[in-house]
Amino acid sequence: MLNTLADAGVNHAIPLHWFLIVAIILFAIGSAGVLARRNALTVLMSVEIMLNAVNLVFLAFARQWGDMHGHVMTFFVIAVAAAEAAIGLALVLGIFRHRKNVNLDEMNALKN
Amino acid sequence: MGFEQILFWLLAIGAIVTSALVVLPPSGKNPLYGALFLIVSFFFMSGVYILLFAHTMAILQILVYAGAIMVLFTFVIMLLNLTKKEIGDETRTVAKALGIVAVGVLGVKTILMVDSQSVAIIAQPIPAGFGGVDAIADLLFKNYLIPFELTGLLLFVAVIGAVVLAKRTL
Repeated sequence: MLNTLADAGVNHAIPLHWFLIVAIILFAIGSAGVLARRNALTVLMSVEIMLNAVNLVFLAFARQWGDMHGHVMTFFVIAVAAAEAAIGLALVLGIFRHRKNVNLDEMNALKN
Repeated sequence: MGFEQILFWLLAIGAIVTSALVVLPPSGKNPLYGALFLIVSFFFMSGVYILLFAHTMAILQILVYAGAIMVLFTFVIMLLNLTKKEIGDETRTVAKALGIVAVGVLGVKTILMVDSQSVAIIAQPIPAGFGGVDAIADLLFKNYLIPFELTGLLLFVAVIGAVVLAKRTL
């Protein structure tokens, strides 16, 4: 049904810059979370928000150009996000086991 | 405003509000609230993807992000079962405040830089079958075959790495 809508030429009912603005806001929220929060799990979730914002830009430009390559890139971003979440959570788990803490300020074993 | 535009703003504002709730302190006390808000945010985002004719990506978003990644997150949060002491204090430093201000300024500046006229010029008609599984599979198995296979390798390495890292004794 969506494809018939696209064929009828109403595909650009939503202007591109609206998507870009939403993506910028989401990216800003995510990076503020990475900068400000000190809970390792919340920081990992903020990174996911940032990846999502980038996906939105890829898909918005894919629609604008009528070109599917942005969808493939989004697919790769989702795959990398899955790998990153698995490794990141394993690291948090390992650090918690040793130090009984998930605060990023406390993770300074390599300092000095 | 047409129906699609109203739908877009409802979904977008939902996504922004739930993402902000992930980051804001109340959910930071217990990251589980943040994880649940993030799942809701992913559902809103997949609605936005459908408005972009990216229905396959919308389904993948729900399957992989909301389904797999966030289950992993909630599982780890519940496994750790953090107390207040283990979460630690959220320090309030000047550098942190400056960082948030910088991100805010950067965001506002970028929004002002988005030129609605010049980006709208490149609008191309959408071909039939856009965003469907067929078209994505066509690209993945022809143009992007090697990156696609490498993605499989990456996930394999990530799984082994996660097992090694999380194992008590090797």
